[in-house]
Amino acid sequence: MTSTADPAIVVSGLGKTYRLGAFGERPSTSVQAAIQWLRSTGKMKYTLFDALDDVSFEIPRGEAVGIVGRNGAGKSTLLKLLTRVTAPTRGRIELNGRVGSLLEVGTGFHPELTGKENIFLNGAILGMTRKEILRRYDEIVEFSGIEKFLATPVKRYSSGMYVRLAFSVAAHLDTEILAIDEVLAVGDAEFQRRSIAKMREAATGGRTVLYVSHQLQTVQALCTSAMLLDRGHLVYSGTVDGTLEAYRDSFESFALAQSDPKSRPGNGKVRLESVSMSDEFVKSGDDIVIDFTVPRSKKLIGTYFVSAHINNDQGAVIAQCDSRLVGKWFDPSEPQSGRLVVRDLWLKPGQYTVDVYVCQAGVLDAWEGAWRFEVLPDLPYPEFSESSSTEKGLVFVNFDYEGR
Amino acid sequence: MDNPDRIVITPPGRLNLPPWREIWRAREVAIRLAQRDIIVRYRQTIFGIAWVVLQPLAGAGIFTIVFGVIADLSTEGVPTFVFTLAGMLAWNLFNGALGRSSSSMVSNQSLVQKVFFPRLLVPISSLASIVLDFLVGFSLLVVLMIIFGIAPGWQILLLPVWIVLTMLLGVGFGLAAAAYLVKYRDVGYVLPWFMQLLMYASPLAYALSAVPQNLRWLFEINPVTWFLEAFRWSTLGTAMPPVWQLVAIAVAGPLVFFLGTLVFQKNEREFADYI
Repeated sequence: MTSTADPAIVVSGLGKTYRLGAFGERPSTSVQAAIQWLRSTGKMKYTLFDALDDVSFEIPRGEAVGIVGRNGAGKSTLLKLLTRVTAPTRGRIELNGRVGSLLEVGTGFHPELTGKENIFLNGAILGMTRKEILRRYDEIVEFSGIEKFLATPVKRYSSGMYVRLAFSVAAHLDTEILAIDEVLAVGDAEFQRRSIAKMREAATGGRTVLYVSHQLQTVQALCTSAMLLDRGHLVYSGTVDGTLEAYRDSFESFALAQSDPKSRPGNGKVRLESVSMSDEFVKSGDDIVIDFTVPRSKKLIGTYFVSAHINNDQGAVIAQCDSRLVGKWFDPSEPQSGRLVVRDLWLKPGQYTVDVYVCQAGVLDAWEGAWRFEVLPDLPYPEFSESSSTEKGLVFVNFDYEGR
Repeated sequence: MDNPDRIVITPPGRLNLPPWREIWRAREVAIRLAQRDIIVRYRQTIFGIAWVVLQPLAGAGIFTIVFGVIADLSTEGVPTFVFTLAGMLAWNLFNGALGRSSSSMVSNQSLVQKVFFPRLLVPISSLASIVLDFLVGFSLLVVLMIIFGIAPGWQILLLPVWIVLTMLLGVGFGLAAAAYLVKYRDVGYVLPWFMQLLMYASPLAYALSAVPQNLRWLFEINPVTWFLEAFRWSTLGTAMPPVWQLVAIAVAGPLVFFLGTLVFQKNEREFADYI
């Protein structure tokens, strides 16, 4: 037996470097690779990209640790390294116990197989032995609540049944360490509630849980400690509250980096030039007006659309304004200056950020943190009351009580 | 004191020998994947098992017409159809092992990207359906041999050896190809084309003796010839191939498998990054 004082995970000097091709992308065919090799006269040229660099930490047993950070911070890379999906370039990871991962529910499910067959297949893929699956089979079936359909191929399942079965298998994984990547974000409210309960149970049962998320609220609700990643570096590790504070503080430097189009994700055939609002302060209930400009681009054929997200300081997307929904498409052969007007969105006081995505078939430009504004603390309601009257809910709404 | 569950992860070295113990512990993955392949295959095809019987029969039939009737090439006194079917079974074993294992990583890419298990299990599991196809085809051959009154000699006892060696050879090449197929998808187009050329360049539907003397060496250095000849010697009782060929296949099988495994293992840990 090992002493319980042994940490569950010890990571030291961990780094992951991806090799990108000299001309932007990695060659995907051997012919391209050969041509590149010839063009660079025998020396393979490539650019290096550090997805993760010099990350060190220790996680004691029984902790539920949230890993937070913005897109591209290296959260998923870290989880992939810890679950051994990919190998590190530098450093060392020591895991005291088996690692189970819930990177996506239903991994390995095959539509042609029946529910029962999929339980065994999925269980094996997730790392359960035959004995373990047999021992927990009845529990899995019961938890999923689809006993009647076990002999039906899962392609005939409704999406709800599919997710329930998939989650039931994953939830019965008995590994000492459990890694979860935003699975809670999918499924209906009931499913989310159950999975959160299952995660709590896992953590209180002495298991070590790693939870990667954008949703700071769930991290707050579930985790006993947290760490913040920023562009591949571990910038904070400690209490959940400390991490969330550091997350909010990191916006400035993140926004600065994102304002350089070259450092933004997306294929770059079209890049946003500017995103702005006339003011950094907005009154709740007022229209939110966002202006953006996109220069002309010859690299793109056909029109593109724009999708803007408004996020709160917890990282939750409050509103998605996709130009497709209002039938607005933009022509890349002309310089565009567009305006997004959001009406009837009553934001609660606080900090908000705007992400703007330019897309066609794929993402052309993803500018996260393109703008930040603050909603002033005066209420859009006729009366003022104590704080308990406004503290719940993500947004305010235009409502009335009609007496009878 | 040492925790058996302790796992230490470090960057991959240059030479990665397969972690046999870990592979054995995760064998359930291979079993379930193999089961999936077989179930899906028989459930999805309308003809099910009939398809598996029909395929080698039709293949051997057309080869019989082309090589036996039209070209009238020698088959050492064995009925051309039986001769061709035996060759085709051995070829399918090799070609199937190579083709399935090489494409297995890409066709299971959603798994490779998301969960960890020893990657070697994927190509290994893909062999199950090949073996099943072979068994069905082989029972067909047995029936035909009874009909035509062909009785194999003691050398039938060596047949399992040739089967294993043929598969080792196929999987060996397949594993190496799988590692490159993950990085370069065009390998997936070139490989079937190359295999087709190789099939026509191998004495599948005709005896080696039908090949002109001056071209004979080309056929003799072809590893496919080695196992085809050995396979037919064991089943149909055709002339025993030269001893050097039997030794060559016995060496080449395990060697190619070993080298293929090394190539696969060298790239294994980075599959998820490329796929």
